[in-house]
Amino acid sequence: MVSYLVSLVIFTAIYAIFSLGLNLQWGFTGLINFGHVAFMTVGAYATVLPSNGGVPLVLAALIGGGLAAFLGLLIGFSTLRLREDYLAIVTIGVSEVIRLIALNEEWLTRGAFGIQRFPLPLENFRPTLFSRYVMIGILTAIAIPAFWQLWKWAKRRLQKVGTLLDAGLILTAVCAALTLWLYGVCAIALYNFSDNPSRNGLMLVSLIVLALVFWRLEWLVQSPWGRILKAIREDEEVAKALGKNVFWYKLQSLMLGGFIAGIAGALFAWQLSTVYPDNFLPLLTFNAWTIVVLGGAGNNVGTILGSVIFWAYLTITRYLPDLLKVIHGVIPVVPPTVDDARLGAFRIMLIGLILIVLMMARPQGILGKKEELTLGR
Amino acid sequence: MVDKSPKSPDFPTDVAAETQGESLADVLSEVEDIGTSMAPSQLPLLAAGGLVKSFGGIRAVDNVSIEVAKGSITGLIGPNGAGKTTLFNLLSNFIHPDKGRVLFDGEPIQNLQPHQIAQRGMVRTFQVARALSRLSVMENMLLAVQKQTGENFWNTWFRGKQIRAEERQQKERAMTILESIGLAHMANEYAGALSGGQRKLLEMGRALMANPQLILLDEPAAGVNPTLINQICDRILTWNREGITFLIIEHNMDVIMSLCDRVWVLAEGRNLAAGTPAEIQTNSQVLEAYLGQ
Ligand SMILES: Nc1ncnc2c1ncn2[C@@H]1O[C@H](COP(=O)(O)OP(=O)(O)O)[C@@H](O)[C@H]1O
Ligand SMILES: [Mg+2]
Repeated sequence: MVSYLVSLVIFTAIYAIFSLGLNLQWGFTGLINFGHVAFMTVGAYATVLPSNGGVPLVLAALIGGGLAAFLGLLIGFSTLRLREDYLAIVTIGVSEVIRLIALNEEWLTRGAFGIQRFPLPLENFRPTLFSRYVMIGILTAIAIPAFWQLWKWAKRRLQKVGTLLDAGLILTAVCAALTLWLYGVCAIALYNFSDNPSRNGLMLVSLIVLALVFWRLEWLVQSPWGRILKAIREDEEVAKALGKNVFWYKLQSLMLGGFIAGIAGALFAWQLSTVYPDNFLPLLTFNAWTIVVLGGAGNNVGTILGSVIFWAYLTITRYLPDLLKVIHGVIPVVPPTVDDARLGAFRIMLIGLILIVLMMARPQGILGKKEELTLGR
Repeated sequence: MVDKSPKSPDFPTDVAAETQGESLADVLSEVEDIGTSMAPSQLPLLAAGGLVKSFGGIRAVDNVSIEVAKGSITGLIGPNGAGKTTLFNLLSNFIHPDKGRVLFDGEPIQNLQPHQIAQRGMVRTFQVARALSRLSVMENMLLAVQKQTGENFWNTWFRGKQIRAEERQQKERAMTILESIGLAHMANEYAGALSGGQRKLLEMGRALMANPQLILLDEPAAGVNPTLINQICDRILTWNREGITFLIIEHNMDVIMSLCDRVWVLAEGRNLAAGTPAEIQTNSQVLEAYLGQ
């Protein structure tokens, strides 16, 4: 159970990082990137291959992120001067091209055979009791700001609505309980670190990276630099008229978003511990868009929440067969079992349905600001 | 549409061919053709000559010249569709002219990008005010500040303290400007929540935040209520006294007459007249152009 939850935490953190990159590009800068998975693919391969050649893992991951950023530079240079829909089209194309290169350039990537063995972070780390306490301390240091944030919201919300029976407050309480529970699970996992060093280590590493990326992005988007990105999203002519080099800032946003997705790619490779071209289907781009839209574009907390909800959804719908049996007991018309292919299709259909309902009820996303929707241009 | 006059006969020289080697004197001589009296010692802040721009077959701007003296408030008037807004677009290079030259502060700028022109100190506003809706009014103002430390990605990593100090300082400055245009109480609202008239004001305040030498205002009084118009005029005069030059497109003749030192008149994409407001008011050609509409 603990190892399953740890794995879930890792996936959630990786998807959150991956989607934060897209949120920077789309949510803050308005760049339409339909090939986000390309950055992740480059990041994954460019981390794994050097590390197999003996490059230290931290450096390898930076190479991965750096090459992903370089891909952003290439895409940006060729499309950002053109009309904005070109970026959307080119990114779709590039992500497929990257995947096909991974599939066909066997001398480099071993093609469909995949790369099965490569070094994982902390896999040979056997921490003393003291080191384990230090790691739990780091985990706590990440958890405390999260709780602090939830507490601040709850307080503000309570002042506004004046009653505890409020959907927002209940949601916050559920989030807090969930976070506390997961914090406990992660702390136990770190205490029993040696049960599965690479997995438990990766959990801590992913959470640290997520915290760092989030913290830097929050400062960046509130800085004058981020203000220019938001201005470009709103109306790039105004940004130009006020002396901002729009092309250059779009390029930076594309590259930084790419870098972040590249780092997510490194973590993704470590999490899967094997790398196949089929790990990087366009569905991943779709998932990132789902997460960003779900949480509210242009909101970093929302993106993380989106990733949590996304993975909670995937996990819960795993138990659909069990649920179906229960329903069958009550309503015999419902079949007791469904084959896997149908179930898979159903899960994707359901997430589409949830998105549609959300877009109708709350088009700005869960944490998006409602006022923003009613603003005139 | 058919191109009526691919090369109009009264077009003096093929200026596009020699855009690189132009001198101030060339531009000025063209400007002087249409009756400017200017002391040669005092160079204009902005001088454009022989500007041409066709959209399809229509010559929206046809061999237009204009100059704006340093420290002046210069007006630009003309019937609807005369090409005034297009001329602004050409001056600021938002639209690249087919032909012609633009000198700003004695330097040719027609090969610069729009943002580079703004950085040199010439900021334009838009006829239809463009507020950045999902930024606050204050953020709209702060965006305009030039050469901010925090605009550089790496500086956001290593110069946090300096960036915060600059922001504080600029916020104060923005607040004074917002107070003077009556938007201080809206500082923390989304700019998208402003009314049309308020957006016009915001655009003007934003342009001012850039601390430019020259501001191009495209119909600043359009859609603004009459009491506010007087206030805007006062503001423009104050800012002008503080050293900012203005070029103003405006249909409201009271505004033009009370503010401008000099007025340029366009009609059907061409220069029609230039002179003091009093001269323009009595110019029969100008009256004809407006009445003949
Ligand atoms: N982007 C454009 N494409 C086609 N025609 C244009 C464009 N911009 C302006 N025009 C035409 O150029 C002429 C001058 O327009 P404009 O400069 O907006 O006039 P003004 O601002 O003096 O009212 C009009 O006939 C207008 O239709
Ligand atoms: Mg106009």
